[in-house]
Amino acid sequence: MDVKVNLTVNGKKRSVTTDPKRSLLDVLREELNLTGTKYGCGEGRCGACTVLMDGKRVLSCVTPAAQANKKTITTIEGLARGDSLHPVQEAFLAEGAMQCGYCTPGMILTAAALLEKNPNPTDEEITTAMNVNLCRCNGYTKILNAVRRASKK
Amino acid sequence: MTQNILAKKVEAQQSEASDEPRCEFELSRRSFVKLLGAGLLITVTEGVSFGRRSGGRSRRSITVAARLHINQDGTITVMTGKVEEGQGARAQLTQAAAEELRVAADQIRLVMADTALVPNDGRTAGSQTTPSTVPAVRRGAATARELLTRLAAEQWKVDRGALDVRDGAITHQATKRTVSYADLAKSKDVAGAFAQAVSSDVTVTPVGAWKVLGTAVARPNWRDLVTGAHRFPSDFVRPNMLYGKILRPPSYGATLESIDLSKAKAMKDVVVVCDGQFVGCAAPSSFRATQVLEVIAKTASWKTVSHPSSKDLFSHLKKNARLGGRSRPRSRGSIDKGLADASKVLERTYEVAYIQHTPMEPRAATAEWKDGKLTVWTGVDGPQQAQGDLARTFQIPSERVRVIVPDMGSGFGGKHTGEAAVEAARLAKAAGRPVAVHWTRAEEFTWAYFRPAAVIECKGGLDAKGALIAWDFTNINAGGAAIDTPYNIANTKILSAGSDSPLRQGAYRCLAATANNFARESFMDELAAAAGIDPLAFRLAHLENQRIRTVLEAAAKHFDWATRRKKVTADIGVGLACGTEKSSVVAACVEVGIDRKRGEIKVHQVCEAFECGPIQNPANLTSQVQGCIIMGLGGALSEEMEFADGKILNASFAGYRVPRFRDVPKIDVHLINNTDIPSAGGGETPIIAIAPAIANAVFVATGVRIRSMPMRFVPMTGEVQKR
Ligand code: FES
Ligand code: FES
Repeated sequence: MDVKVNLTVNGKKRSVTTDPKRSLLDVLREELNLTGTKYGCGEGRCGACTVLMDGKRVLSCVTPAAQANKKTITTIEGLARGDSLHPVQEAFLAEGAMQCGYCTPGMILTAAALLEKNPNPTDEEITTAMNVNLCRCNGYTKILNAVRRASKK
Repeated sequence: MTQNILAKKVEAQQSEASDEPRCEFELSRRSFVKLLGAGLLITVTEGVSFGRRSGGRSRRSITVAARLHINQDGTITVMTGKVEEGQGARAQLTQAAAEELRVAADQIRLVMADTALVPNDGRTAGSQTTPSTVPAVRRGAATARELLTRLAAEQWKVDRGALDVRDGAITHQATKRTVSYADLAKSKDVAGAFAQAVSSDVTVTPVGAWKVLGTAVARPNWRDLVTGAHRFPSDFVRPNMLYGKILRPPSYGATLESIDLSKAKAMKDVVVVCDGQFVGCAAPSSFRATQVLEVIAKTASWKTVSHPSSKDLFSHLKKNARLGGRSRPRSRGSIDKGLADASKVLERTYEVAYIQHTPMEPRAATAEWKDGKLTVWTGVDGPQQAQGDLARTFQIPSERVRVIVPDMGSGFGGKHTGEAAVEAARLAKAAGRPVAVHWTRAEEFTWAYFRPAAVIECKGGLDAKGALIAWDFTNINAGGAAIDTPYNIANTKILSAGSDSPLRQGAYRCLAATANNFARESFMDELAAAAGIDPLAFRLAHLENQRIRTVLEAAAKHFDWATRRKKVTADIGVGLACGTEKSSVVAACVEVGIDRKRGEIKVHQVCEAFECGPIQNPANLTSQVQGCIIMGLGGALSEEMEFADGKILNASFAGYRVPRFRDVPKIDVHLINNTDIPSAGGGETPIIAIAPAIANAVFVATGVRIRSMPMRFVPMTGEVQKR
């Protein structure tokens, strides 16, 4: 049975009627046309689908749509303020911390959530927070540099 | 045989691909001009074929107009059949055009991989963009610059030699006259001039005068990657689009015997297609399509066949090795005499498991039919090849097929084949609506293809002084990339032999070069140990190739090899390896730590020196080398396809372990800028030195020689040798 899910996405109130078990990832991508959030594994092991739910990072591929009811969601499309990028986005550009860029939205949101909680993480803390996020281009070195750079802002 | 059904082998290397389909522009001149923005009118087709021979060499040259277009606002549109998959082609080809046109990189707009607009530059594979496409784009841009300069000279009735070209404008100093490309482009003469073929002997800018090439130009669409605005192949949405799912066999080689589609067909808003062994469905959402597929799958009955398991993989490959027949060894001197003369002979076998590319973005395509024409947005590395496949599948002329490859979510050689494109097009045709097919990770793990597994048999002979005088090297199944030894040995026999591959195998970043280098560089260390000589000194004593010597010595120096080799303990080892492939050279020194309790090998540091000629984009090259090093750790230490009864047993990131942040060692990259030779690609070869350097480091610390990739440290099971 479909249910109605009311949520705020990137500052806009949205309402979606959907199967409650359907993933938040699918709802964002297929109902709301927010394709910046990526599919990488569908089982919570790659972080490509990372979004912020009430400010905390969640893996949207393993988050049932029903759980997003009455929640505030930020996706990669909603991280910048108008034309001014979020410091983590800026840092990724400054460090050139992308190759194909497919993991990038998840990486940026994971780092943004970390820095929100812990503005000056140690390398160990960054590694722990980011370890779920896979980059198959294996650009981890520059991604770490980008997170370090953003933490100094 | 089971293998025949499933292992319709992907050509191991694109260079083996036979005649590739030709592409002609299908768009009328009017629509083409509209697409590129008002400006120069372009005559695109007459007398020009965009077919090319594999290996990146043009069969016939293309016109300047087919390569580039000057817009009235002064920006320049450059067209290439190459794809961007994270390797950096977009920035590099932009730089190539900007360099020769004498404009800033941001003046160039690069259109990539749209078969309706771009020439066929060959598959994006084999590190060919740098040695083939960059020169092709440079020649195109340099020809355009020359034609424009000549036109200006004619208009002003001055000598061509008296004109300067700078910042997109041509200047005659003596009379202080200047005309921009944009203004020149308005003249009819330019259209005529650009209809000429790109000159094959036009002078391009020498390395010493590079202004844009050689600099760290950022990928032009980077901002769209950090904002989520870029649409990857799996992000294409068309009006009225459905999401498709394909019924997969339960195991390799299984064939469908019966199926009942009535229940699925009765479901609302659902399209079901059954055509021989192809069964698929499409629905308004992926979730719904998955549900429909489950309903269908329950009714299917399959005939399965037996299939080798990964446990028996290496004996299977050996048993089925085609050592005679068409596979001929390459020989030098006499291997029999060399071995007979040797005072010490070593014989070793190395193994390499199947691994997968696991590109971050699995295969994806969106297909749309309109008026008998097919458009597909998909992630493949050969847009024209996919176009040809689609044309053949649907038996329509290739002019009716347009393939567009948006910058995609990585590939590493794993996206030669356009399965998702064909699947989406089949469903879209039946549905009469656009359909997107996005493979799941499990589908990618099972139905894409794999880097070949290998059994490598080596025999080596040392003379009384410890010099290597005999070298017998046979690679079974993985292929011949980098199989030749760069070392100076009087008697050699080298053979690449085919076998019966249980899995569908194909290209991968540097392909067999990793397997061959793992075996060769491990074996060199074993021989050095047998000769009682330091592995660095042993290599240098047999190495004439100056480029390899340079990187080897650079890596050793930056790593401080001599000192650290002396500080080795039972738990901390150092090792090195070097090699050459695709006209580039690499050497790595590593430090590993052994966790005996957990049976773990932890790589602490990698110091790698790499040289691929003149560096075209240092920032991008650094990314590629870092990426290769870390990717190499996966194949070296943890990645391995496990299969039994025709099923992949670890088709997920839970069971198939790829490198993560935690695994990243301290990495020092030393790029050597060799301006004496042409540039070679740098996105593959840096991967080949990692695994053997690790194996060698583990041996130095523990005395255990691990001869199988991925390497696992199981104390006392390896052959224990004296240090
Ligand atoms: S797609 Fe959600 S964690 Fe991989
Ligand atoms: S940049 Fe390609 S997966 Fe991370």
